[in-house]
Amino acid sequence: MTSLSPVSPDPAAPAVAPPDPGLRRDQPFSRRNLIQTVVGGYLPLLVATLVVFLPLLWMVLSSFKQSGEIVTTDLKILPESLNLENYGTAMTTVPFGQFFLNSTIVTLAGATIKVLLAILTAYALVFVRFPFRNFIFLLILVALMVPPQVSILPNFILIAGIGGKNTLWGIILPGLGTAFGTFLLRQHFRTLPASILESAEMDGAGHWRRLWQIVVPVSVPSIATVALVTIVTEWNDYIWPLIITDRPETMTLPVGLTLLQNNESNAAGWGVLMAGAVLVIVPILIIFAALQRYIVAGLTQGSVTG
Amino acid sequence: MTRQLAPHPNAKPKRPPGHPAKVPRRRWTARSRRDFLVFLAMALPNLVLIAVFTYRPLFSNMYYSTLDWTLGSPTATVVGFSNYVTFFTSNDAPKVLGTTAVFTVVTVGGSMVLGLLVALALNAKVRGTTFARSAVFAPYVLSGVGVGLVWLFIFDPGYGVLAWLLRGLGQQSPQWINDPQLSLVMVILVYVWKNLGYCAVVYLAGLQSLPQDVMEAASLDGANGFRRFVSISLPLLSPTTFFLLITTMLSSLQAFDLIRIMTPLGTGTSTLIYEAYLQAFGAYNRAGYSAAISVVLFAILLVITVLQLRFVERKVHYS
Repeated sequence: MTSLSPVSPDPAAPAVAPPDPGLRRDQPFSRRNLIQTVVGGYLPLLVATLVVFLPLLWMVLSSFKQSGEIVTTDLKILPESLNLENYGTAMTTVPFGQFFLNSTIVTLAGATIKVLLAILTAYALVFVRFPFRNFIFLLILVALMVPPQVSILPNFILIAGIGGKNTLWGIILPGLGTAFGTFLLRQHFRTLPASILESAEMDGAGHWRRLWQIVVPVSVPSIATVALVTIVTEWNDYIWPLIITDRPETMTLPVGLTLLQNNESNAAGWGVLMAGAVLVIVPILIIFAALQRYIVAGLTQGSVTG
Repeated sequence: MTRQLAPHPNAKPKRPPGHPAKVPRRRWTARSRRDFLVFLAMALPNLVLIAVFTYRPLFSNMYYSTLDWTLGSPTATVVGFSNYVTFFTSNDAPKVLGTTAVFTVVTVGGSMVLGLLVALALNAKVRGTTFARSAVFAPYVLSGVGVGLVWLFIFDPGYGVLAWLLRGLGQQSPQWINDPQLSLVMVILVYVWKNLGYCAVVYLAGLQSLPQDVMEAASLDGANGFRRFVSISLPLLSPTTFFLLITTMLSSLQAFDLIRIMTPLGTGTSTLIYEAYLQAFGAYNRAGYSAAISVVLFAILLVITVLQLRFVERKVHYS
């Protein structure tokens, strides 16, 4: 339907729905039954799916249109040709390649460190004896409730004060502390059977070995969930990079898109802007299509993410 | 190992009995000293980061909010509660609080009602629901900036698809961008589009966990589908509804990306979070005033969170 690759069926969802006890028993292929299935079953699904996909399809189609095809009252649905001129313009008006690189570095570095910190903290909270362990966990839980948006100004003053303005580390650093990942992994680690760790301890394995050789290998799905949610959040993050960068060299994609919006403010610029939007949206759409099971589970699990 | 899709709001993590197995002895042995150090080595970096970048700003904001301070200026004067007085006595408070209330109520109500309807559609016994479920969830994970631009183009009064459709019906396109009220409507519509998939998936999990025997009994008693939904499903879904109410309210109050990209000047769309941003990082650089607005926002978020915790506590006690 769009450039989106088909979403793999979700193994977590029930493959066959249980029979509805309330269903009237008509002939299986009676006209009434067919109409009911189409109107009550398929039509709403189709509408919901189209409402989501049509705007995204429109974005992709428009990204190939020349300004003459956009600045017209005679709307054509398909572009005249698949030309990549808008992508070229987006790259040259603003350093889009640089934005893409910055976003990739920020996302990968940020997500890697966050996941590592989450694994270490969660392991310590569950398996290492420490006074006030539960109190520390409580502090992490409360941090989960503190919205990052209200921390913007004080963090800006701190990071700008230590020279982090217009640097990639300045973008990454304030988001590194992870309450969400720690919370999710702690809840998972607590479900691991104590016996496997005890026997490893008998064999003389220290915490470090127990963590990497036992706990992490059996927790791959949970860690993947945390990693994917973190990657998506870092890639889309907007308010903080917007504030801490004002030079193109260190902007991430969403911030760069804002810059592009300022430069292409006339109607002819829509094609270029749609090309920019494709570059921001499609990478996440591909990751989501391939691994949506983990992302949906992670995002609907905690009350607050990020 | 696979996680349950959306948790029941009051779901508690399963913990195996007697775990953690070993109860710490109250003795400062070499081993417990080593554990102490191991704990610090593993947890301290994260804890320090959380303290510095999550907890410290709360207190800094309270301090900054008592200052008359231009961002970037080396000097600031302590003015006590004057920033709060200015906010609540000027035109800003009714405007900003009103916009925030409208945005929050409509987006929360809209995404929950539509989310429930979509969840009912996804709960139908037909093929393709798995794909549709992923599809409706997708906008929730996409960049608000990218999505905002796409919709801005659709709403464009000159060359947007919407204007073209309206022209086909012989109508003029409304001035979505320039009219403050219409731009709020526009941002709300797009926000609901982006977030209803989240509500749909959480509601779907709730629907699928409803007890089948109760539904069966009701249908044997002759209750039709609508009746079963109103009298049985809806009341049984109330924990899910409450969970969604809180989470969507918290995220609506923090909505920034769409508002910033679709209405850069904030005419008609300056919610608390956006006004706090504009005051500090827009044209004025009023850091103290912005901090005061942030504190007001935080107070509101805190009240909602406490309400949520109290409710969860009550469920735990009485159920």
